[in-house]
Amino acid sequence: MTLLVLLGVPLFAAVVLAFIGDRRLAPEVNIAGSAATFAAGIALAFQVYEHGSMTAGGKFFFVDAFNVYLSVLTAFVSMTTAIFSRRYMRREREHGRVGHVGMRFYHAMFQLFIFAMLLCLLTNNIGVLWIAMELATLSTVLLVSLYRTPTAIEAAWKYFILCGVGIAQALFGTVLLYFAAERVLGEGGEALLWTNLSQVSDKLEPTVLSLAFVFLMVGYGTKVGLVPLHNWLPDAHSEGPTPISAVLSGLLLNIALYALVRCKALVDGSTHSHRAGDIMMGFGILSIIVAAFSLLRQKDIKRMFSYSSIEHMGIATFAFGLGGPIATFGALLHMLVHSLAKSSIFFTVGHASQMHRTQEIDKIRGLIKGNPLVGWGFMLGAMAIVGMPPFGVFTSEFLILTATMKDAPLMTPFLLLGLAVAFAAILRKVQFMVSGDAPSYQKPVKAAHLPVLVHMALVLIIGIYMPNFLNEWFHKAVEILR
Amino acid sequence: MIMNLQTAAQINEFLAAFVLLSAFGMLAQKRIYSLIHLFAWQGFFLSVNTAIVAYVAGRHHLYISSILTLSLKVILLPYILHALVVKLKIRKEVESMVNVPATMLIGIALVIFSYHLTAPVTELSKLITRSTIAVALAVFMIGLLMMITRKHAVTQIIGFLAMENGLFFAATSATYGMPMVVELGVALDVLIAAFIFGIFFFHIHTTFDSLDVERMARLKEGD
Repeated sequence: MTLLVLLGVPLFAAVVLAFIGDRRLAPEVNIAGSAATFAAGIALAFQVYEHGSMTAGGKFFFVDAFNVYLSVLTAFVSMTTAIFSRRYMRREREHGRVGHVGMRFYHAMFQLFIFAMLLCLLTNNIGVLWIAMELATLSTVLLVSLYRTPTAIEAAWKYFILCGVGIAQALFGTVLLYFAAERVLGEGGEALLWTNLSQVSDKLEPTVLSLAFVFLMVGYGTKVGLVPLHNWLPDAHSEGPTPISAVLSGLLLNIALYALVRCKALVDGSTHSHRAGDIMMGFGILSIIVAAFSLLRQKDIKRMFSYSSIEHMGIATFAFGLGGPIATFGALLHMLVHSLAKSSIFFTVGHASQMHRTQEIDKIRGLIKGNPLVGWGFMLGAMAIVGMPPFGVFTSEFLILTATMKDAPLMTPFLLLGLAVAFAAILRKVQFMVSGDAPSYQKPVKAAHLPVLVHMALVLIIGIYMPNFLNEWFHKAVEILR
Repeated sequence: MIMNLQTAAQINEFLAAFVLLSAFGMLAQKRIYSLIHLFAWQGFFLSVNTAIVAYVAGRHHLYISSILTLSLKVILLPYILHALVVKLKIRKEVESMVNVPATMLIGIALVIFSYHLTAPVTELSKLITRSTIAVALAVFMIGLLMMITRKHAVTQIIGFLAMENGLFFAATSATYGMPMVVELGVALDVLIAAFIFGIFFFHIHTTFDSLDVERMARLKEGD
């Protein structure tokens, strides 16, 4: 029941917001809708915590330790993003970057996007998972081109085409998976349910599943933004409105990785080998290295953090590929803390670029003097994302690094190199942006305080003390993924 | 049963050949109008094929898929594309293409590769349609190739939709279609995508004054 509310609220809010349009209260309705979604998410989390995993709606939906935390995270970040976007989008509206139609569209699509992501997470059917993933892409394509500038349209077109192609590969993989499953489970919708598939995964035909995994890897890997399938990502994340960058980087990439990891668990069960994991490790390490070196030469602030997202998704993919309890635990944690830290960074980046009316790194200066919250929030966010203690990212990266040293020592230098380069690249640039005097063209901006503060506090708390329920869920999720 | 399985399998292969042929036709076709027609033909062959499989295998839900394909890919999408081409006055636009013969050769290589790739699947399958799985993958790959080699927004979209045709074909050949809920969802996604690219064509046309995506080259990695 809670589950249906959780999915129903954003869908309903999308319809309502499409009707409200650009009226005065639209941002508040957007926040209220997201807050209601978050409340439903919390209620669901309590249920799962008490009763364990469950299915609903005639096995159509299911929740376990792995997707429940991602659902709560999705609902939470979309709520804080809605709060952030109220002030941010008002400012953009004043600057004339979006019009009436644009705002109507923005709010409705934002909620539809959240619905699509939650459907991805909560559905039990891998076919529906694919459909929801495509829906998530489609609902954000026109948000990326919201400003209608030539670059924004180019970015959105690239996003549409490349993700469309990518996700089509995943559908082919799904067809192959269904082919293998049908032979064991009989035909009909039942053969596409995770709950059924995971029980019979050792009976699935290994040759077909290996082939399916290649397609799924390329397909969902495109959406995760893994190198060399990442071309759309920096463009889409840098040209769209900043709240959209925050949810794309913080949430959508996680969802795609979730889909990939679920599929990997099935393939592993069938092939009894580490091949799927090896492929993921390869993609992961390549993404880390390429993204880290790309970070060095970025001139656009949002583009830089998009590359950082590629790097972090690479780390998580690598860790899932490595397998084993510690690495998987680290990867789950990494998805959580990266999502929180990255969206918080995008909030501050959004305000910073509004203050300077540009996204160019060279022109953004003196943030701390201009607006202490934005400046310090940005600085601390950057410190968190590069993996400095005591933030949560340090914990997860440390876990992953220890597991790598134990299970795949040869990979350690590459991982360390990527982390070190990213560390240097980001901190060097961020330092210049936050310090110094405020330039004359800097304009004050009414910043949204709450989202940044809450996100940073959470990243810090998770780094110092891991709540028990989270710990339990992660352990259970590690069991599921073994 | 009026039609025995042997005949059905032959008709299935015959139609698969036409689907593949139209894919190759699209790969070489320069005129946008003819491309849209070819795409509609491909959808038509697919739809007939699906109906025959539905009849022979006794899978009634495939009739729905067949009608869905007919209405969506033979009538609605070509109509939308047609209307957009007229509206944007790109009727006469002829695309400059590099090296058609080379592209065709790559296409042939992709067909062979598809047969190689799907060999284990075909071996395991007991369905009458098993021999066309490779063709389906080939159609999918050729759609992909078309998206890579062509530089016009409309052509890229047709390539995208051709890929989708290949996927649908694969689902029909390998498993007699995906479960109904998935088929419907995919059709819905294609429909939404159609509206989105319709909007896009207008945006690209007004911003870049042409639907040639080569002109979109501002977002490159700076040095």
